[in-house]
Amino acid sequence: MKPFRYDRATSPAAAVAAVAADPQASYLAGGTNLVDHLRLGLTEPGLLVDVGGLPLHEIEELPDGGLRIGAGVANSDLAADRRVRERYPVLSVALLSGASGQLRNLATTGGNLLQRTRCGYFQDVTEPCNKRAPGSGCAALGGWNRYHAILGASSHCIAVHPSDLAVALTALDARVRVLGVDGERAIPIDDFYRLPGDEPQRDTVLEHGDLITAVDLPPLPVARNSGYRKVRDRASYAFALVSVAAAIRIEDGTVADVRIALGGVAHRPWRAHTAEQALHGAPSTVEGYAAAAARELSAADPLPGNAFKVPLARSVLTSVLTQLAEEAR
Amino acid sequence: METQIGLRVDGTRHTVRIDTRETLLDVLRERLGNTSPKKGCDHGQCGACTVLLDGRRVTTCLALAVSHDGAELTTAAGLASGAQLHPVQQAFVTHDAFQCGYCTPGQVCSAVGMLDEASRGWPSACTEPGELVRLSDAEIAERMSGNLCRCGAYVNIVAAIRQAAVDADAPDTP
Repeated sequence: MKPFRYDRATSPAAAVAAVAADPQASYLAGGTNLVDHLRLGLTEPGLLVDVGGLPLHEIEELPDGGLRIGAGVANSDLAADRRVRERYPVLSVALLSGASGQLRNLATTGGNLLQRTRCGYFQDVTEPCNKRAPGSGCAALGGWNRYHAILGASSHCIAVHPSDLAVALTALDARVRVLGVDGERAIPIDDFYRLPGDEPQRDTVLEHGDLITAVDLPPLPVARNSGYRKVRDRASYAFALVSVAAAIRIEDGTVADVRIALGGVAHRPWRAHTAEQALHGAPSTVEGYAAAAARELSAADPLPGNAFKVPLARSVLTSVLTQLAEEAR
Repeated sequence: METQIGLRVDGTRHTVRIDTRETLLDVLRERLGNTSPKKGCDHGQCGACTVLLDGRRVTTCLALAVSHDGAELTTAAGLASGAQLHPVQQAFVTHDAFQCGYCTPGQVCSAVGMLDEASRGWPSACTEPGELVRLSDAEIAERMSGNLCRCGAYVNIVAAIRQAAVDADAPDTP
């Protein structure tokens, strides 16, 4: 690990000023992803600006009935919050499906969103990786790609975003509040993450110096009937092969509202707009859910190592929607 | 870069000079001589380095010491009261919940933290939404998934934690 300077931020604005002024600076929050990557030599910042002490640890009611989650709220506190469990159960279950109890106590809301989109080759400095070393190539394309993207990938990168939290937030139409040198702005989470294209080194639309201060959840009655299912190679503490976050409202046997996001399938959480559009106003039937899932996955372009994810994602999506629809009646 | 921090470890205050790159695990073991937390994977995957940080279980291999100036740490070595083992430690002995013992201090600290989380009603991934927490074997296994045991003592680890949970619910039962 290369030596670095350490600075404890005294305010969000001071943190932004410190990082924006130094191209070699990085934010430090819980550290569960960054410290690992420092040790692996994947990133070598000259300055760490610690935002862990900033007053961003509250979950507040918004006037419109939504919730504002401070960027520093620990994943464990967010998952256990009574309001989140009642009004947005998909969010609590998604958080609890990720990492381990110890990591969830350290990891923060903002840090979880900004963990790197990555794969095993990104984490191995002896392998080519366009995300870690732009232009070096992609070892995963012809390598072991069981965990990799089936949607929205490019010839430059096929890594997937590993966060479960971000998948739930995508289904919930959350807005990410960001403080930059030019002030604060709110970014809809569906615009927050990037597909790799020819710039896989950029996971999000954030500029250097931008700091996540909070995540806003809109008031969303449909979210009371929501769920998250994660399929993985072992029962716990593993990344998703495929995950589904969904919320649904049924009226008179038809789909009145539905929100769907997929995890483990793309460089970003994958909002299933195609499936949602197919389902709005349609009869609530297993066949309808299966057809909508098939339409969403018709755009899939898998590799030999992850072709199984296409029928897996179809099946899990169909199953989650069917179960939520039964619970909605 | 060198700097100085204060830590309270198992009830004793320390002021220690550190490099900003050092983790809490490195400071505990190499600077303060507390070898109770173990370095297994050094990537947060095995849980052998687990201690209680301000009362919460964390993997110290992923926590930079410099960002925890003033923290209170409890390691497995600090759980006992004199010769009296902590109930979770005693349950591990009673149930033969280890073989080589390398993961045990981390398992014990993790179990202590986990039982506290459960007592506060924190759900896990296998708690049905809206249901109260009942520490079934499946719940214990899920909540302890951040601690690996390469000897494979899991069956007895679950039994030990189940016993400790029952005893904590009925402290006056002989």
